Amino acid sequence: MDIFFEFFSLQDPNIRYVLAGTILLGFSAGALGCFAILRRRALVGDAVAHAILPGVCLAFIVAGGKDPLMLIAGAFVFGLLSMVTMDFITRNSRIAPDASIGMVLSVFFGFGVVLLTFIQSTGYVDQSGLDDFLFGQAAAMIGYDVNVFGGLSLLILAITIITFKELKLISFDPSFARSIGYPVKRIEFLLAMLMVLTITAGIQAVGVVLMASMLIIPAAAARYWTDSLRVMVVVAAGVGALSGITGSFISYTAPAMPTGPWMVVSAALVFILSFLLAPGRGEIARFVQKRRLRHRIASENILKTIYSMEEEDDRTDRVRPRRELARRRHMSKRELNRAISTLLRKKYIAWFSGNPGGYVLKSEGRKEAKRLVRVHRLWEQYLNQHLQIAEDHVHDDAESMEHLITTDIEHELLESLGSPERDPHHSKIPYEDADEGEKDGDNNAHNNQEGIDQTGEPGKQNPGGRKSQTTKPKGSRP
Amino acid sequence: MISSTGWILITGILAASSCALVGTFLVLRKMSLMGDAISHAVLPGIVIAFLLTAGRNTFPMLIGAGIFGLLTVYLTELLSQKGRIFHDASMGIVFTTLFAIGVIIISLFAGNVDVDQECVLYGEIAYVPWDLWIWQGTNMGPRPVWILGFVLLLNITFITLAYKELKTYSFSPQLAATLGMPVGLIHYGLMGSVSLTTIASFESVGAILVVAMLIVPPATAYLLTDRLHRLLLLAVLFGITSAVGGYYLALWINSSIAGAIAVVTGLQFALVFLFAPRYGLLAKRYIINRSKEAPRPVTTG
Amino acid sequence: MTTQNATTELQTGPGRDPSSAGRQNPPVEVHDLTVAYDQKPVLWDIDFELPEGKMTAIVGPNGAGKSTLIKAAMGLIPSSSGYTLIYGKPLDKQRRNVAYVPQRESVDWNFPISVMDVVLMGRYPHLRLFQRPSREDRRIAMGALEEVGMAEYQNRQISQLSGGQQQRVFLARALAQDAGIYLMDEPFAGVDAATEKVIFNKLQELRSRGKTLVVIHHDLQSVPNNFDWVMLINLRLVAFGPVAETFTDENLQKAYGGRLNILSQMVERSRQQRFVREQESE
Repeated sequence: MDIFFEFFSLQDPNIRYVLAGTILLGFSAGALGCFAILRRRALVGDAVAHAILPGVCLAFIVAGGKDPLMLIAGAFVFGLLSMVTMDFITRNSRIAPDASIGMVLSVFFGFGVVLLTFIQSTGYVDQSGLDDFLFGQAAAMIGYDVNVFGGLSLLILAITIITFKELKLISFDPSFARSIGYPVKRIEFLLAMLMVLTITAGIQAVGVVLMASMLIIPAAAARYWTDSLRVMVVVAAGVGALSGITGSFISYTAPAMPTGPWMVVSAALVFILSFLLAPGRGEIARFVQKRRLRHRIASENILKTIYSMEEEDDRTDRVRPRRELARRRHMSKRELNRAISTLLRKKYIAWFSGNPGGYVLKSEGRKEAKRLVRVHRLWEQYLNQHLQIAEDHVHDDAESMEHLITTDIEHELLESLGSPERDPHHSKIPYEDADEGEKDGDNNAHNNQEGIDQTGEPGKQNPGGRKSQTTKPKGSRP
Repeated sequence: MISSTGWILITGILAASSCALVGTFLVLRKMSLMGDAISHAVLPGIVIAFLLTAGRNTFPMLIGAGIFGLLTVYLTELLSQKGRIFHDASMGIVFTTLFAIGVIIISLFAGNVDVDQECVLYGEIAYVPWDLWIWQGTNMGPRPVWILGFVLLLNITFITLAYKELKTYSFSPQLAATLGMPVGLIHYGLMGSVSLTTIASFESVGAILVVAMLIVPPATAYLLTDRLHRLLLLAVLFGITSAVGGYYLALWINSSIAGAIAVVTGLQFALVFLFAPRYGLLAKRYIINRSKEAPRPVTTG
Repeated sequence: MTTQNATTELQTGPGRDPSSAGRQNPPVEVHDLTVAYDQKPVLWDIDFELPEGKMTAIVGPNGAGKSTLIKAAMGLIPSSSGYTLIYGKPLDKQRRNVAYVPQRESVDWNFPISVMDVVLMGRYPHLRLFQRPSREDRRIAMGALEEVGMAEYQNRQISQLSGGQQQRVFLARALAQDAGIYLMDEPFAGVDAATEKVIFNKLQELRSRGKTLVVIHHDLQSVPNNFDWVMLINLRLVAFGPVAETFTDENLQKAYGGRLNILSQMVERSRQQRFVREQESE
């Protein structure tokens, strides 16, 4: 706990620098990474990060020493060069983009290694820092580095805000952008430059291999939280910054630990948590949604089953025992129980005890059941008529489709089919009656127990029993 | 007896050949970066195996790395499907995280472990002649040569036996599936070969430069031919010339052999890219200009 | 009503370049267009002038270069030769006046943007670089959405739409652009019957307002009833002219070269995962 306060009291200037630097790095990389992954250029950042090595070495050789500005310039030049090369190869040959990225990555890096060993063999004294290039040396950040990061982050922030509309356009639909005359190449170049700048600066903190992850992971994590690009960019920047904080802290508590890998691991943890917990798009949320849908389908199916039993024996007053339902619909006992309790709760059905006891549709339930059956049969008719699918093929599709057809779609179907009377199997399509609701089994049941036939044997027909209806639905939209 | 130079060259040639063979299928299936991913992600596997066996016994390291190689492939697919992320992004997430974990493990046990970071990353083929396998008192030659030879044999066997399947799979996995081929098996078989080849080549050329040998010679060959068997042969050829050329280049300028090999693969590619008779850059420019005056082509319609 | 106002506005929006009013330049002219990849020609020496205010269908076998034609004419892909004129002026000066509706597969529908965002992009030609859409632009975009019946979906993220709805959003974007010329790449591919009707109605309405429409179409059966002119493409321009004279058996044979039999059509469709239709034999 002491360490925690020690760290966050920010008294040690070194801590301040490291913290500031990694936060800013995570922030910039996270934001830019959104565009990289949405444009499917996720690993281009990896290639650029590797390709920078020869630039740094050449700058070192040319400058005769470790001149920071020269090194950055060298890195930047080779970063851009690598992007241009990758693009050039893809555009001018049949080599696919992934191979192009891999080639540039390894060949440039190999070149860098050659230069590196060359430098080492010539015995330059001042070249120790180059080895840290591979794994980063965040802990050695000084004020100068932070200034660079800070400036870079501000630049990226400003440019992203100003050109947001353009970045969004070319990331989503570059051919449309080109068709309306947008300078797509130039905007892409701008994005590339920002990426190279970020990577160049970021490598010193997290190293070559891990730089790519700071571009990819926060952005991927952010995607689960929102459907808006703007929010995604903000969240990604936040996740990146958070990883910076965590990474620095852990590295502080265990001095042998490098900051870079811990930043990556923190980002990865946030990613996993996002993947699981994000509302709506997260795994758990989707699981819950799927389950809810399954339950809804199960209850709707039970409702339909009771209705079809009514259609078969033309009786609304007969109770339907549970085992009958279980026989007709193959679902687990748990699902069945759950479906029934949902229907009871919604007052779609009522339970009547007796020998045997069973369920009866209430007026609301019957309306809903009719709707489901209607929609199912309309869909079958649509498949059969408009798409000319044979009668024996339509049922399965309609079984699954009926639960998804909304009132809007239903009206569209009615319109395009002309409110048909029958489905491809010549079953009547039930429409709503104007006078439905008054003459129902359940009303009578409350007043008159004999109205409900509980033995399952043919009894007197309920005076208010349902007859097959063929009236057109009232008030249907033209 | 074979000189140390000879051993080095043999090692390079064996590694390059294996890489070229499996790399061809990676390039054809547009999975080149999987090689990159695997070669990074196996780091924790190697380190863990190293720690568990407390020595430089290669075999457990091979296994450990192999496990992590296949794990990478599996996690990438899982993430890409369940997570609804693009394949390249999911690959990036998986391998960088695994690599980071590997580095952390190394740092945790830095005192006890002699895994030279640089060695893992860019290998040191120059030490190969002295890395001898002593079996019951006899000097059997350098260990890496045996391992690479074994892996090459394995690869050749795999490709020969499953040639038909690999060919169909490279062209179209869907087609292979409809023809009843075990696509999953082929896929993981290929990835297993890549893992094995990658790890076996680590000691010689290190992680990152294995990628060069996996991708660049096959890509170079791809610009010269359309037939699979010719592709494989040319890829191996280019791999061998890179290995040999790289060695002598490194000798000349006194640099890392592995790096030099990678550079030579790149130079070869550049030459072919420009001058290939059908798919090269100059050929295309020249042909296009000429074809404007040529008579109209017959429609195949 | 807002819709009507928006419609009226669109009617008086930019259309013809006034300076060329006297010269009667065709809306789109393409000259000497040739496109080749890796030595394989995809389009060869295409020349045509589109008739103004008419709906033209571009048909041809798969892989014959129809998409390539539009893309190359718009300068979206490099061509070996050829140029395009819009109302007699170079394409680059007249891009605002050409609304391009790409194939649905050309974008990632999981992209985190809303329906309104997409339609607003149609207003970008009227904005300067870095300039944000105004409230007026939003109104126009909303009007376009209403015209295609997608107004209530304006804040929906695009992955939540069906294929037909996505197509309608693309159409709304083109409407919002308020151009004189519409180039559409397979707008009816894989859409439901209701959307098909909405789109056709809209296109016919645009035509009655004097707009020029070009549609790459896959369904030969519906060409004679819905289109004025037809262009048959198979690497070359096989035929081009009013439907009555041009949409003949002879020309279709030339373009499709015996591929018109039912079996190959069905194979084609089942490969694209559409419902099987029964075709009348020729």
